[in-house]
Amino acid sequence: MIRDITLGQYYPADSILHKLDPRVKLVTTISFLVALFLVNSWVGYVVATIFLVSVIRLSKVPFPFMVRGLKAIFLILMITVVFNLFLTPGDRVLVHFWKLQITDKGLRTAIFMAIRLVYLIVGSSVMTLTTTPNDLTDGMERLLGPLKKLHVPVHEVAMMMSIALRFIPILLEETDKIMKAQIARGADFESGNLLQKAKSLVPLLVPLFISAFRRANDLAMAMEARCYRGGEGRTKMKPLVYARRDYLAYGTVMIFLAVIIAVRIVL
Amino acid sequence: MSIKLEHVNYIYSPETAYEIHALRDVNLEIGQGEFIGLIGHTGSGKSTLVQHLNGLVKATDGHVYFHGEDIYAHGYDMKKLRSRVGLVFQYPEHQLFEVDVLSDVCFGPKNQGLSREEAEERAKEALQMVGLSEEFYKQSPFELSGGQKRRAAIAGVLAMEPEVLILDEPTAGLDPKGRDEILDQISALHREKKITIVLVSHSMEDVAKYVGRIVVMNQGEVMYDDTPREVFRHYKELEEVGLAAPQVTYMMHALKEKGFAVDEDATTIEEARDTILKSLRGRL
Repeated sequence: MIRDITLGQYYPADSILHKLDPRVKLVTTISFLVALFLVNSWVGYVVATIFLVSVIRLSKVPFPFMVRGLKAIFLILMITVVFNLFLTPGDRVLVHFWKLQITDKGLRTAIFMAIRLVYLIVGSSVMTLTTTPNDLTDGMERLLGPLKKLHVPVHEVAMMMSIALRFIPILLEETDKIMKAQIARGADFESGNLLQKAKSLVPLLVPLFISAFRRANDLAMAMEARCYRGGEGRTKMKPLVYARRDYLAYGTVMIFLAVIIAVRIVL
Repeated sequence: MSIKLEHVNYIYSPETAYEIHALRDVNLEIGQGEFIGLIGHTGSGKSTLVQHLNGLVKATDGHVYFHGEDIYAHGYDMKKLRSRVGLVFQYPEHQLFEVDVLSDVCFGPKNQGLSREEAEERAKEALQMVGLSEEFYKQSPFELSGGQKRRAAIAGVLAMEPEVLILDEPTAGLDPKGRDEILDQISALHREKKITIVLVSHSMEDVAKYVGRIVVMNQGEVMYDDTPREVFRHYKELEEVGLAAPQVTYMMHALKEKGFAVDEDATTIEEARDTILKSLRGRL
């Protein structure tokens, strides 16, 4: 039950996308998100769709994994569509009933908003599915490197992020285990009203927090024992180096962005 | 017959890349008052198997019967089953949460619907059984030593007065003294309270001394199910699957090879002593 939660779920496969430098993937994802908000015509969406579909095909990740993330935003998506559909004033009224009306503009905005949101989620899923959380934080650390000059603790933040990500599955498993142990002692996590339910979580949360603190303590000790002292002068086991395919990928993304901007200006 | 498993199969995350066939066609009968050792190396499916016995995990395929009733039948009272089949998880001290030891042990009986007084009475009895005296009642469970925590957690399940007590690696991470104490107490429970006990372990040494029957799991299948003597006869096969017979077994076989007339089926140190003495007397 508890394993169904996906958070930065990495899907192992052997594709060019998996091999790309995480920095390239981060920049591409951000560019894609920006492009989505630049687009305001059908032609633009066709270009974005072609880009997204080819990236998905290249990733070799089964399609169902891509749309899994959509479940979480389904409600927001529906609300956005409904509000845009009925509440956008427009020139031509298409459907009119009771106090509600659907205008041509409303229909257009609703569809565009829906596509935008879906592409946003699917686009970022492609990145998280093809990049391990560790690579991702590595990439982020390097990309945000210049901020170090402004005394932003980039390395520390990246380290915290990768540790947090690393611990999510462990804590989920731990939750599962403690839950089972308490159910075996007759605990009931399902029935009762809200207050009773909240109270029934105490036997789960107390051991969980204790175990989280214990693990944090152990990890800190293990890091100190190996002389960890922050980012200063620290080398990487797998330093990020751009290869030819990374430059090609950058080129492709630039062309994509250029096309999107051109479409926006021309149309 | 208290618990019976028929053709139980269990698959983790079926139809995904992470599919694991944890149990394969397991058939097992656990009789009233038995003391069973369930043995297997890490990942052999023993922990998964015991979670089937009180309905925490539902078999992908197959049936589990408790006193002849199918526990997967519609409307079967799982809560009641869980209070009759007590399960002590690995590292049970990780489930402690209350402000003091006594309240923590009361958690189970209270969930069974007992009043505060009744629950406390049962808790005190259970704590006494595991050898925690009155001075610990009002202590925070987090201030106890590792072995004491473990015993408090076991008392938490015992206080529910189960007919069957399953312990998943109750001695993991304890020192030899703590290990012997816990195993002796479990053995006393079996003797005095007539509780059916299933002891999960990967150490033959631990169980050989106590249990009347050993079930060996390997890759989700039951490999052997017999008395310790019979099972340890297969010590070479056991080695192949990453287990080992007690050291006594090896010693007896070595002595036999050297020409001593010892009984190579001796499984405990006491039996070994007797048979060695006997063979030596025979020589004199």
